[in-house]
Amino acid sequence: MAAFAGRFFRVVFQPPYEFREFIRQCYQIGNRSLLLVVVTGFIIGLVLTLQSRPTLIEFGALSWMPNMVGISIVREIGPVITALICAGRIASGIGAELGSMRVTEQIDAMEVSGTNPFKFLVTTRILATILMLPLLVLFADAIALFGSALVENIKGAMSFRLYFNTVFDALSYGDLVPATVKSFFFGFVIGLVGCYKGYYCKKGTAGVGKAANTAVVLASLLLFFVDFMTVFIADIFYDL
Amino acid sequence: MQATKTHRDSTKPQAPADRAVIRIADLKKSFGDNPVLRGFNLTLFERENVVVMGKSGSGKSVMIKCLVGLMAPDSGYVEVLGEEVGTLGREELDRLRGDIGFLFQGSALYDSMTVRENLEFPLRRHRKRMGPDSDPEELVLEALENVGLAHAIDMMPADLSGGMKRRVALARTLILKPKVILYDEPTSGLDPITSKEIIGLMRRIQQKFGTASLIITHDVDCARVISERIVLLVDGVNYAEGTYAELAASSDPKVEAFFKK
Repeated sequence: MAAFAGRFFRVVFQPPYEFREFIRQCYQIGNRSLLLVVVTGFIIGLVLTLQSRPTLIEFGALSWMPNMVGISIVREIGPVITALICAGRIASGIGAELGSMRVTEQIDAMEVSGTNPFKFLVTTRILATILMLPLLVLFADAIALFGSALVENIKGAMSFRLYFNTVFDALSYGDLVPATVKSFFFGFVIGLVGCYKGYYCKKGTAGVGKAANTAVVLASLLLFFVDFMTVFIADIFYDL
Repeated sequence: MQATKTHRDSTKPQAPADRAVIRIADLKKSFGDNPVLRGFNLTLFERENVVVMGKSGSGKSVMIKCLVGLMAPDSGYVEVLGEEVGTLGREELDRLRGDIGFLFQGSALYDSMTVRENLEFPLRRHRKRMGPDSDPEELVLEALENVGLAHAIDMMPADLSGGMKRRVALARTLILKPKVILYDEPTSGLDPITSKEIIGLMRRIQQKFGTASLIITHDVDCARVISERIVLLVDGVNYAEGTYAELAASSDPKVEAFFKK
């Protein structure tokens, strides 16, 4: 897979640029994952607030709810949950799509027609996941915070304005920058693993299923590893 | 063992009209410990239809994939249209591929694209060779009219029958006006009537465009109708070679196994 990643970096800046396919993949990956990410983010915000409320009330720290939820969502829960959802949806989708293209000889047909299938299929998908994942994370963060604010507004009578003002006061660049950078890496991992598993899919429909399945498992595992690494490095720069 | 004599010396052109478009000499390819091709030889001449027959797993598909650089042989000489495939760089190979049509066994149409987009796809890379004034729309329509499917231009591959898919794949193969067409099991998975239609279409195309065709099949009817010469591939080598009539009359058990009904 390291060689596959190396090949991606070698060809990604070489012409011809598959701009139309890149835009199509951005739509497929971004737009079609949006609803899932939004619904999940909303529920995470609701649940996190509902679960934390009794404990914070017990310690007389309910006013810290926006700070706690805001920081935990932006720093960790938003990016990781979104990435895991995308690993399930996007990595498996890419793995299955490229895998079925491999077994039905569509990738060979592309090669024979003079188009570099790696450039057309792989680089566009990896670039699209790199670009789309941070955007999806931003959406998920915003919706999760809205869900949390909704609970506080209904159960605790805190206004939306106060809630969001407190959240933004609590957040700093040290929270936003590493989380955003991390999301780019998550996107790279999801795209890379999905493409790798699909591109080298073994023959047969069983191979396609296996490619989709192992893409999700491997991408999920690597996401946690990348998460640890980025947090570790961010800690050095931002003293988290 | 050479069960049947070749009807001519297939390694050397005999007349100017018989210029070779494909030369394969001593082609060898193994997968792990399993040798698939053990020294295969073939020459295909201009405007000629040659059928390569063999059992499943005998290396027929591997052989034509070596011709277009989809697989690299372990050893041997592979020349297409005067260029040695193994020595070509990516750019040169892509240029050569523009002169080679390849019909895949399962049609290999791009699922996510319409018929029009499938046919336009090869033009992306080879637009220049079609001439500066060439209109992609006209080229697509012309190719589809050649296979009688102009009405299917905006359909998705999933909406086509097996025979229609094969004809669209043939149109995609024709759009660059190749000098040689490689057919990998063109009638596999099709009912007998559709198979006959595809075979008829292949003949018409050959007559209309004067292309040379290398056809991989184990469909004896296909071989009978379309071949000028048949090469029998057994255990990775040329086992027998000749016209359909010569091979059908052979008393060799391995040849009989193919041709006896």
